[in-house]
Amino acid sequence: MNMELSRRGFLAGAGAGLAGTTLGAFGFGDVEAAHAAAIRPFKLANTAETRNTCTYCSVACGIILYSKGDLKKGEKAEIVHIEGDTDHPTNRGTLCPKGAGLLDMVHAETRTLYPQVRKAGSDKFERISWDAALDRIARLMKDDRDRNIIEKNGDGVTVNRWTTTGFLAASATTNETAWATYKVVRSAGMVVFDNQARV
Amino acid sequence: MTNSWTDIKNTDLVVVMGGNAAEAHPCGFKWVTEAKASRGAKLIVVDPRFTRTASVADFYAPIRQGSDIAFLLGVINYCIQNDKVQWEYTKAFTNAAYIVKEGFAYQDGLFTGYDESKRDYNRSTWDYEIGPDGYAVVDETLAHPRCVWNLLKQHVAIYTPELVERICGTPKDKFLTVARMISECASPTKTMTSMYALGWTQHSKGSQNIRAMAMLQLILGNIGVRGGGMNALRGHSNIQGLTDIGLMSNLIPGYLTIPTEREPTFDSYMSTRGFKPLRPDQMSYWQNYRKFFVSFQKAMWGDAATAANGFAYDWLPKLDVPAYDVLRAFELMHTGKMNGYFCQGFNPLLSFPNRRKITAALSKLKFLVVMDPLQTETARFWQNHGAHNDVDTASIQTEVIELPATCFAEDEGSLTNSGRWLQWHWAGGTPPGEAKHDAWIMAQIHLRLKELYRKEGGPVPEPILNLEWRYKDPDEPTPEELAKELNGYATDDITDPNDPTKVVLAKGKQVVSFAALRDDGKTASGCWIYSGCFNEAGNNMARRDTSDPDDTGAFLKWSWAWPVNRRILYNRASADVSGKPWDQSRKLLEWDGTKWTGYDVPDIAPNAKPEVVGPFIMNPEGVSRLFTRGMMRDGPFPAHYEPFESPVVNVVAPKVRGNPVARVFRNDMEQFGDAKEFPYAATSYRLTEHFHFWTKHSHVNAVLQPEFFVEISEELAKEKGIKRGGTVRVWSKRGSVTAKAVVTKRIKPLICDGKTVHIIGIPLHWGFMGAARKGFGPNSLTPYVGDANIETPEYKAFLVDIEPIAGPVA
Repeated sequence: MNMELSRRGFLAGAGAGLAGTTLGAFGFGDVEAAHAAAIRPFKLANTAETRNTCTYCSVACGIILYSKGDLKKGEKAEIVHIEGDTDHPTNRGTLCPKGAGLLDMVHAETRTLYPQVRKAGSDKFERISWDAALDRIARLMKDDRDRNIIEKNGDGVTVNRWTTTGFLAASATTNETAWATYKVVRSAGMVVFDNQARV
Repeated sequence: MTNSWTDIKNTDLVVVMGGNAAEAHPCGFKWVTEAKASRGAKLIVVDPRFTRTASVADFYAPIRQGSDIAFLLGVINYCIQNDKVQWEYTKAFTNAAYIVKEGFAYQDGLFTGYDESKRDYNRSTWDYEIGPDGYAVVDETLAHPRCVWNLLKQHVAIYTPELVERICGTPKDKFLTVARMISECASPTKTMTSMYALGWTQHSKGSQNIRAMAMLQLILGNIGVRGGGMNALRGHSNIQGLTDIGLMSNLIPGYLTIPTEREPTFDSYMSTRGFKPLRPDQMSYWQNYRKFFVSFQKAMWGDAATAANGFAYDWLPKLDVPAYDVLRAFELMHTGKMNGYFCQGFNPLLSFPNRRKITAALSKLKFLVVMDPLQTETARFWQNHGAHNDVDTASIQTEVIELPATCFAEDEGSLTNSGRWLQWHWAGGTPPGEAKHDAWIMAQIHLRLKELYRKEGGPVPEPILNLEWRYKDPDEPTPEELAKELNGYATDDITDPNDPTKVVLAKGKQVVSFAALRDDGKTASGCWIYSGCFNEAGNNMARRDTSDPDDTGAFLKWSWAWPVNRRILYNRASADVSGKPWDQSRKLLEWDGTKWTGYDVPDIAPNAKPEVVGPFIMNPEGVSRLFTRGMMRDGPFPAHYEPFESPVVNVVAPKVRGNPVARVFRNDMEQFGDAKEFPYAATSYRLTEHFHFWTKHSHVNAVLQPEFFVEISEELAKEKGIKRGGTVRVWSKRGSVTAKAVVTKRIKPLICDGKTVHIIGIPLHWGFMGAARKGFGPNSLTPYVGDANIETPEYKAFLVDIEPIAGPVA
């Protein structure tokens, strides 16, 4: 049978009876039934689908994440496939060579998995707990801020400026993360503050 | 972008200059091929390399990197000389008729007021004559010798096709073909779109590259129309959002600015932000600045920001320099003036210029915190990786903490694309290991710092202790809660001004848009231009309705665009002075006698009379600016300057090196090379298969483009005895790299001012972490200098030398 069935078309038609189809009327029902039986269950049929956006450039192609397990139901979800969102007005289901490799980025062997610290002069990272890492960071920040924040300049003007610790923000995070980041960084008085938009 | 990706299908001519959309933005570039196939649109590419974008162009012209302004001013000159100007648009919608102050001049590459010792201008003459009525003086006949139009005409007159060829290396006939094709878009029924990216921004005069094209687009009447516009393709998925929310030294969300120390009080801060209209009846929308600023302060500090304390004005830091941008930051670090640094999803060891300096700077820190989904080189700058990171580990005293963050697939929220669409996405996977959301990490840092100040006290604790943090779970604010703050809400019952008993917006309700924001503290909004994204109608960014009436490409019900869901900025300019569309087949808005109607959200008050109110409502003039007054540091018009490292001298102004007002730190000036020692003009670029330094962690992309290379012409290969696929060493005054040589026909030597200029292309995707082979990047070579206005480093034009060397033993 030399006919092309799109994945969505195939899934949509899977529940339909053969007798009603043109092929059925021509007497090919048995052939199709045998053919259908020979096809292994479609890999993505039981996956959860989630709408997302490609993480690379600002074309912002729509993508669909397919996962085993559904995060929305509180399950552990492992992403097994990513493809372009055919409904998206910009990319209409297409992806470029960068976007087509997204799954390998999600599952890269060089993902960071645990907080680690490299002590002064050391030649290795050591695993530490989140609590220990965050407490240490807060301590380092406070000590530096206490010592170096400039409350007033030479003319006695209140400037409340902290220049000895800086923050580079990420332009692949969400607007919501960006806002949380902005609040935390600015409220501390940091002025050494930048993101990829600069470069 | 002023327009959007899907709008590109409406164009007649695409000019890709300073970008390479087919390779860097492939799925967006499909709208160019759509315009070509369905509308018969033409594509012009002007680039030092014959890129994949060039390979599908109708016309390709080569250009030497760093000479774009000469080319563009040449095109403007051509249009003026050949009367290819959209006159009605230019006269009514630009400041062509405005009279400039006496004393303003341009000579020998410099504008009036230059102070060489300060590398800065006194810009007092770069402004309009102001009449006794307080408004700018205009001469609508364009006869006045000092009207902007005549000054522009005079300024561009030297950029003849012959001079363009001398500077740019673009053969005169090729330049003239481009100029002619562009000039045809002066017709009110022909549109051109400009698509550009880092090929224009990464220069010491990057901002002026873009201005030059914007000026050309204005005199052709191509701003505010379908298929037109200035379209920055932009890099990362949310680089637009991070810019909008102002995560930069000198910004407050929504393009408000952090005060300087010359503005000690809220009143002094507001005194220079009045934005009084410069012509009668103009909207001058920034007159609402105070509402946006006060609403921002309320979003930051809630009840603690009161009228009595100037809405907590003292709690904002005050700047002593224009900005602590990344170049200044690493200069400070390098001189031992910084102790701590955070990198959130950013890899400066590979991203910032003069890597040797970056490594030395990081080595002087007391602590470095890296939060990233991937194991970055920056987090491992202290590790010795042989030639690829040759450091003395034991001598580096920096404490480095690496925190695992989630990636896009495990996080929820909105990203703003280049077309300003805020698209909400959902998490589909469980984070690996102990990876956490960035918002959780930031919350933890804040809460722990706050706790330390509560317990121990310390200087200026108030802004930390009082930061508005009323989230359901303070440990992890949800994306929805944060988005609602960005949108804005009433902090108190807001009543009808005519009937105080009637509550129009109850305390705690979301504001509908920024039009509802107030300067009395009764509203809060994190980012005024995002107001409307998540109001009482719900999360508008999550909308996924694909309807598009009459196929205009607007998609008004898909996601939400800032401002107020407007898809094309300045869209009132799509109609003539009386409000009739310039091109009925490309109608966008129309004045129906009482209001503006059409396919987009009007970029003007809906009832603003067309003959009275100008379309550029953010400007106090109501029109756009061909002459930009004193608003840019390096001139009210663009002028040709060579890169700091150039193979030729500036033929317009031989004494001027680089951009005369670009900031250069002392030690960096000494590290600029000259053409005698480093004869070849290098440039950096990206590949189709890779995205910055991320995709080298993805197995499939690492397989597609496994190894660092440099690209040179057949002519240079022959001259230097370099074999196709051989190994070469490339070095600048600041560093050296080894690479495989890719010898192509895509790069050809250019003749500039009689001299042969060879170009070397250096892609930027390799490092010492990930699945690809270890390699170098251009930042081992690039100079430490940025754009004069915004400090974007000059990555696109610098000097190197090259030689063949023995390759690695297989």
